[in-house]
Amino acid sequence: MPLALVNDQEFVALDDLAGAFQLTVREESLGAVTVSYKGKTIVLTPDQALASVGGRLVSLPAPPSRNGRRWLVPVEFISRALSLVYDAKLELRKPSHLLIVGDMRVPRVTVRYDALGAAGRLTLDATPRAPATVTQENEHLTIKFDADALDVPAAPLPSPPSTGLILGVRNVDATTMAVDLGPRFAGFRAANQPVDATMRLVIDLVAAQTDAPATAPPSPDPPQPTPPPDLPPSFGQTASAFRTIAIDPGHGGDDEGVKIPEGAKEKDLTLAIARRFKGAIEARLGLRVLLTRDDDRSVPVDERTSVANNNKADLFVSLHVNGSMRPATQGASVYIAAFDRDAAQAAANHGERVPTFGGGSREIELVPWDLAQTRHLDQSSAFADMLEAALRGHVPLAAKPVDRAPLRVLESANMPAILVEMGYLTNPEQAKTIPSDAFQNAVVQALFEAVVKYRDTWSPGGTH
Amino acid sequence: MARRAAIAGTITAILFLAVLVFLAKRGPASARPSTPVAATGASPAAPPLPGRKIKARLFYVADDGGRLTSIERDVAYGEGVEAQAREIIAAQIAQAAEPLVSAIPRGTTLRAVFITKSGDAYVDLSREAKNAHPGGTINELLTVYTIVNALTANLPAVTAVQLLVDGKEVDTLAGHVDLRRPLAKNLTWVQ
Repeated sequence: MPLALVNDQEFVALDDLAGAFQLTVREESLGAVTVSYKGKTIVLTPDQALASVGGRLVSLPAPPSRNGRRWLVPVEFISRALSLVYDAKLELRKPSHLLIVGDMRVPRVTVRYDALGAAGRLTLDATPRAPATVTQENEHLTIKFDADALDVPAAPLPSPPSTGLILGVRNVDATTMAVDLGPRFAGFRAANQPVDATMRLVIDLVAAQTDAPATAPPSPDPPQPTPPPDLPPSFGQTASAFRTIAIDPGHGGDDEGVKIPEGAKEKDLTLAIARRFKGAIEARLGLRVLLTRDDDRSVPVDERTSVANNNKADLFVSLHVNGSMRPATQGASVYIAAFDRDAAQAAANHGERVPTFGGGSREIELVPWDLAQTRHLDQSSAFADMLEAALRGHVPLAAKPVDRAPLRVLESANMPAILVEMGYLTNPEQAKTIPSDAFQNAVVQALFEAVVKYRDTWSPGGTH
Repeated sequence: MARRAAIAGTITAILFLAVLVFLAKRGPASARPSTPVAATGASPAAPPLPGRKIKARLFYVADDGGRLTSIERDVAYGEGVEAQAREIIAAQIAQAAEPLVSAIPRGTTLRAVFITKSGDAYVDLSREAKNAHPGGTINELLTVYTIVNALTANLPAVTAVQLLVDGKEVDTLAGHVDLRRPLAKNLTWVQ
């Protein structure tokens, strides 16, 4: 189904929808456009980003647009308006340009490869959950998902590793993927693990030159991503309920972040460091870690904080790399959110009395989504200070290492939240060092130390 | 298992040229120009007197790259707050002569300025403000506060500034600074 892009908004022609879904489209004398399906009618009005569906108004991201004789509507028309009158379930997945009609199980599958010394690990996340079975057939592993189809990129693993363990990952048919094995492959072990709405398939790969048996790694504990070099030996578990950290790798997809003529991209660096940070936290602290993105894709800002808020994360850390008009500028900075006085007051005044079961009423606290962070600024500031102290021992710091700014991604976080700029890609020296293992391990080490210190002083009420 | 009645269709993208028409959501309708006003143009209702100047503080990237620095410059006089605001922004976004470094993305022009009775100024910049932005939190903060401070520091009637791009409200310029509401003067970003 062709899609037209108008001012960054994706539109679909009503004619095409009419053909696919047996709709009747009619232009009325007053300029309105009616879309009918089995006696149910949707009314669209030019210049209005609204649709009337059986008298109910639903918003659209843009008004209908005319292209010659054809009417174009935002693709969200399908999920917001057409789905209300259509017989079957309609699910629009904009990022993958997939329209699912009917009750199908089509999990979105992302694939990641982590090198673990001589060994390696493939992680396939299927959302919503779809378990998979893995079998070895000659020179490839076949992964069969229990689903009707897969929502997976054409190149599931864009940059296969060069270690010789695997040569690549490809799609075989609607529900099957294959891993092409390299000359160093000696064996594998696979396990499905549910993680929230996701089913995670972990395939540990064993290299031929190791002493491990050819069928499975000997240790019951799967290898972990390379930790920073000098992590503290052990921190154990505390009695507190500090359980979950949300890590937000900045930018992604079309949004590459800082624009420099050549060299590493901010979006790739933030993801690489986020994965190292996640590995360190999971391996050493046993905390639950959420990544707001685990691949190279564009994630709307509100979706990033939604991941943290909906999973009740105890800490939100957004990772970025900075850019300055002055090439000499360098060093790491930690930001916490800033609100003007009116916004802070608005957040404080949002109490409302609601009726209670059995009569009477009680006061509940309502905080606007955009101002959720106002309640956590003290704790955010405390963590920012801890992180500054930790970074000071590992990487260069900016002239003012902790600052407040009206940063969009922090404002809606309903937990202590900071944004760390790890260095400047516009500084020629830092542009060389930031992509290095040494620098990234140093940043992760500092983040790790700050999390440990914060966790050890954390209490459920948010006081220190 | 019975086959489910279902269709899965893949949509491919094609592009075509679009004509943009926009009306800002906020601000009194009477204060909005009906068509965008060029950066160098004066208010149609109040052309500036030729040669008349005012002194204004303009903002540029400081040597440390992490803050702004301000300098006093002659700016064309404008009759009324909106006309003067246009002249100040036009001077602020004009290409800076060395050794000054501007935080405004190259090629950015001013489309319109309008000011509400409550002192909120809406500055509508061309799409280069977003598309040509070099990225980075500091760069974006300095871009935003160059404009915010240029108006709030020079025009007491302006208490806050919201940036629009190509006639539309935007979330951010480069993914960091929240532009969904007017921002008050903030001289902590100035040395």
